[in-house]
Amino acid sequence: MTSIRVVPKGGRGVPVEVNLDTQLGALSLPSPILTASGCAASGKELSQFVDLTTIGAVVTKSIMMSPRSGRATPRMAETPSGMLNSIGLQGPGVDEFLEHDVPWLASKGVRTIVSIAGNDVEEFGRLAARVRRAGDSVIALEVNISCPNVANRGLVFACQAHSAAEVISTVRRNVGGAFPIFAKLSPDVTDIVEIAQACVDAGATGLSLINTLLGMVINTETLTPALAGVTGGLSGPAIRPVAVRAVWQVHAALPKIPLIGMGGILTGEDAFQFILAGASAIAIGTANFHDPSALTRVQNELSLILAERGFSSLQDAIGFAHRKA
Amino acid sequence: MSYQPLQVEGELLSNKRVGAYHLITIVVPGIPERIRPGNFVALSVGGESTSTLLRRSFSVYQAQERGLYGGTLELVIAAHGPGTRWLAALAPHQMLNVVGPLGRPFPIPKDPVHALLVGGGYGSAPLFMLADALRQRGCRVDMALGAASADRLFGALEARRVTNALSIATDDGSLGVQGRVTDAARSILERSSIDVIYACGPMPMLAALSTLGAEFDVMVQCAVEESMACGIGICMTCVLPVRGSDGVVRMSRSCVDGPIFAGDRVLWDSVGTVPEETLGAPKASGH
Repeated sequence: MTSIRVVPKGGRGVPVEVNLDTQLGALSLPSPILTASGCAASGKELSQFVDLTTIGAVVTKSIMMSPRSGRATPRMAETPSGMLNSIGLQGPGVDEFLEHDVPWLASKGVRTIVSIAGNDVEEFGRLAARVRRAGDSVIALEVNISCPNVANRGLVFACQAHSAAEVISTVRRNVGGAFPIFAKLSPDVTDIVEIAQACVDAGATGLSLINTLLGMVINTETLTPALAGVTGGLSGPAIRPVAVRAVWQVHAALPKIPLIGMGGILTGEDAFQFILAGASAIAIGTANFHDPSALTRVQNELSLILAERGFSSLQDAIGFAHRKA
Repeated sequence: MSYQPLQVEGELLSNKRVGAYHLITIVVPGIPERIRPGNFVALSVGGESTSTLLRRSFSVYQAQERGLYGGTLELVIAAHGPGTRWLAALAPHQMLNVVGPLGRPFPIPKDPVHALLVGGGYGSAPLFMLADALRQRGCRVDMALGAASADRLFGALEARRVTNALSIATDDGSLGVQGRVTDAARSILERSSIDVIYACGPMPMLAALSTLGAEFDVMVQCAVEESMACGIGICMTCVLPVRGSDGVVRMSRSCVDGPIFAGDRVLWDSVGTVPEETLGAPKASGH
């Protein structure tokens, strides 16, 4: 158990122990703080600012079977309280990833959740099988069925219940019965609960909510789209209310299913909102670009606000906002 | 080998207008002594409740280990967007969150070579620390500075102090000779035996200098300017196509793989695209 001693504001110097242990299905983590996939690479860069063994886990940037260049630049546009990105899943391919990135994380003792992305259902299955054999440091898979930066919007599996379920059941078949898998869902759907339910029925342990929203910026000097990829994924505090809503709706419908909440978390108070809405863990994404120490800072701030609100354990606060008065 | 970056709360000491730019001095303990020529720092902008979350990266003009107020960094700001306008308007005592040193510094030769340093606009900023370091190694340092006009030329006075010879070119002829800095560089290459070129400025200038370097068989070390969101290597936005020592073209991050690249390794004509030969380039169906 990791307990952090915090002194709440106005607490007259009396230290309070807040237990940050959390449970994602059968998976126990000493902290609910994770990195959001695609916002931490494979951990090495952030390890210069944060002791990654003190957070719950690093969720790696989505890996595909083959090396992938990603899209042309510009890949990024700043937006009010957020940003639009169009990276296009740049990555070294699963062979190099398993040869270099995962062993580095393992050597540092960092709990690792590997995010996988496939062009088709079969690639998801093959990736899941490969990563499953990568060793004990990989404690779970996140299945990225919701990246908006693909040429064919039909490939956003998370936009339809049946295609989402097809990917998840294939991944489940390839990793065996007990290994934790989390389906990462898109908020760009009419009914996220329907997609969530389909993923759970197909064998997902839990759900990661949410991926970026599809957005667009036009450059008013060049009179063309600001991103080379035309559209991109919107992230940052601008999308936080959408994310909190998604966590709230899915937790209300599926209260026993562990949720990883993310979307614009910049402070411990932001993280606390997700916990109250029903998330058992939260992930920090765009905030890492703003503040490379954000993981540690948010963890400390979350402890403090839990203590200030009278919670001695994170577990007691999960979904608390759903309680009837 | 570079130093590991620190994240430090700094305090603005001064903000001076220099031509079209602002020169800001930040007291920032711990970072100045780690800065080597070509390193950059990433600043958060907009204050505590900012809605502009992405860091702004600046190459370091001067780093003083000790001053009256402690270690300081001097940065040159061109106010052209909401973040840089905020920085340019700062008053002393404003706190600024600084991450650095970042990026690979300029490689410095062991031997006392003859170097040509070329700066375009405020891209000249990192060349002055570099000139000092080269002269300490016994190098001869020529410098060529260019800009659209005199007010956009940064550091002409300082350049006289730190170089053996200085050429200045402006598009409108308001300072030095009228013309391009690359033409000034060509005439230096024609009359002197230059061993290495160091360059920082706009991409077209770096591309032209790389071609010039190839023509005269001189290595060109280029500090690129790509737009970055984080500066520390995690956002993958500041990429450009670069051929590695293994011959393979990759979309390389200018923040951690650069910002200094050998000019003959960058596929200049393809910046802003993904060349077909890039590792993992999209097939006809695209990404």
